[in-house]
Amino acid sequence: MVHASGGASLADLRIESLHKSFGPVDVLKGIDLAIRDGEFVSFLGPSGCGKSTLLRSIAGLETLTGGAIHLGGRDITDLPSARRDIAMVFQNYALYPHMNVRKNMSFGLSLNGMKTAEIDRRVAEAADILRITDLLARKPKQLSGGQRQRVAIGRAIVRKPQLFLLDEPLSNLDAGLRVTMRAELAALHERLGVTMIYVTHDQVEAMTLSHRVVVLDKGRVSQFGSPLELFHRPANLFVAGFIGSPKMNFLPARITGQGEGAITLRADGTASDLTIATPARPDPARPVTLGIRPDRLEIVGEGEGQLTGTVQLMERLGTESHAHIALADGTVLVAITDGTHPARAHDRVGLRIPAADAHVFDADGLALPRALDPATERLLTQ
Amino acid sequence: MASQPAVTRPSRRKARGAGIAPWLFISPWILGFLFFTLGPLAFSFVMSLHDWPVVGQRTFVGLDNYRVMFLHDPQFWTSLGITVKFAALFVPLNIVLSFLLAVLLNLNLKGTPIYRTAFYLPSVISGVALVTIWSWLYSKEYGLLNYLLSFAGIDGPNWLGDTGWSIVAITIASLWGLGGSMLIFLAGLQSVPKELYEAARVSGVPAWAQVVHITLPMLSPMLLFTFITSIISAFQQLTIALLLTKGGPVGSTYFFAMYIYDNAFKFHDMGYAAAMSWVMFLIIMALSMLVMRWSSAWVYYEGEVRKDGDHA
Repeated sequence: MVHASGGASLADLRIESLHKSFGPVDVLKGIDLAIRDGEFVSFLGPSGCGKSTLLRSIAGLETLTGGAIHLGGRDITDLPSARRDIAMVFQNYALYPHMNVRKNMSFGLSLNGMKTAEIDRRVAEAADILRITDLLARKPKQLSGGQRQRVAIGRAIVRKPQLFLLDEPLSNLDAGLRVTMRAELAALHERLGVTMIYVTHDQVEAMTLSHRVVVLDKGRVSQFGSPLELFHRPANLFVAGFIGSPKMNFLPARITGQGEGAITLRADGTASDLTIATPARPDPARPVTLGIRPDRLEIVGEGEGQLTGTVQLMERLGTESHAHIALADGTVLVAITDGTHPARAHDRVGLRIPAADAHVFDADGLALPRALDPATERLLTQ
Repeated sequence: MASQPAVTRPSRRKARGAGIAPWLFISPWILGFLFFTLGPLAFSFVMSLHDWPVVGQRTFVGLDNYRVMFLHDPQFWTSLGITVKFAALFVPLNIVLSFLLAVLLNLNLKGTPIYRTAFYLPSVISGVALVTIWSWLYSKEYGLLNYLLSFAGIDGPNWLGDTGWSIVAITIASLWGLGGSMLIFLAGLQSVPKELYEAARVSGVPAWAQVVHITLPMLSPMLLFTFITSIISAFQQLTIALLLTKGGPVGSTYFFAMYIYDNAFKFHDMGYAAAMSWVMFLIIMALSMLVMRWSSAWVYYEGEVRKDGDHA
């Protein structure tokens, strides 16, 4: 392991009520986060959610409007970037085009008075890890996208920082390379053991790479949890709709009864009540939202199940098919079925919502606590 | 996709056999270049081989004009020396000042568009108007410049009447037109990706090193361009000296270009003036080639990929 940090203190990152405004626009509206030493955390959200601004604030590239940032027990809120003991990888790599790979990696070090022997050792080590040793004499222009990305990461590695910040590092690569680099990044994190924060709008990257994911929405933390937590226990409508592809189906519903540890509700357009196990006791007078993931929505014969609709579109992906089914009121639900499901466009079908797989959100969009099957529960608590 | 070549082939064939039409379109430029640039250029070389009074008999003299110039005309050497001295003052100052101004304007301070316009404005003012303004500014008794200096307790020099100050005065007036190079630098600065500076900041690269190791290399093509065009304009300096000092006092601003002008239009010795012009052309070309050759050591072109891969 090439562990980095200069001091003995653990590189916990603590962010307290961080605010950032650009003129009249509030981009970050009070972010609180605690990231553990050695953790791989992703900032995930749609464009404009503030994820890059949050990362740049940690890097010291933005002046905060309010709040504090602590790294490894030090208050780094007002420290210049260079003294925060961090390294950053930029979306477009930000390689110095007129310098060769070696110089790109060593430039910052040599200007900070590091001895040549130590610089050479670090560059050689990073180049070895990233398999770019034979590219050291080349200019960025002479490298492929993936190689440039490696150099950008190498430039971060040689600094041996406490914290790695990666701003959408794979978004400029083609799809195939992205998958390869994703695996390499995971291996790199394993090897270095350094805390890494990774900004992305791609939920697959966030889910596959991270220990925990921060889902950001309009400058606020919508949920901070493990990938499976986000998927199985989304805290609110935003996370429920954002995580998972195709996205979760939502139906407006109203509460028809409340029992011991369960509620009964009736979704609009459904023929029967659904009893869902939850300890919550929401206000029966206010509407709720029923959510069901496409892979749990079952296509059954017409007249069976709770809903009836018309198939609009069958997307055949081979291993699975995505059925887009329009209800009488125009709402379109998506169901994932097996690749050979016989349904075709214009077919009338029934839809069944298994009560155990339903998500319920109260009138404020917050999820009601839900019970999971034991296997999933075990996975989440691991 | 398969049908595409069938669609494009006829149009390609048409383009290849288009005949005279494209030539007609570029003919105004080609004719202009032939008659007003290349023609006079070649003609001036022929003139330089003649004793060519404006009126009267022309005689072929071979390289005699050049021989006289180099061996028997001290004024040629003096005026060339003055021009070199001016270039030595003007070229570095023009580059440094326009670069610094561009850096200042690139800070995106309030009112940047106003300053940008203000700094560029002198470049579009006609030379004669510019000289008139400067002759007022420089006036020893009533000039604004010395008036302002008097506030600082400085007894301003006789800008245009002192042999030591006259060339300085002309240099300053010439620098007034640095808006052009400033705009080129500004465009260059704005095209440097800001992530390069951010990456440098995160790596702890100090601000001065960011300028030296990022800004200057990224702007090196603009520096080279400005360097060469400044040399050319310095050697061709005529208007300001002609109107502001008329070469004086005591010939202290008698530039090479002015000597050519006098030979042609005062002494009516076209052949000699043409020969001098060719000497000036060769000097400028030699200097430009020197700079170009040297530039491969410090100019970085974005699109260029070198075989050896490294000169950093």
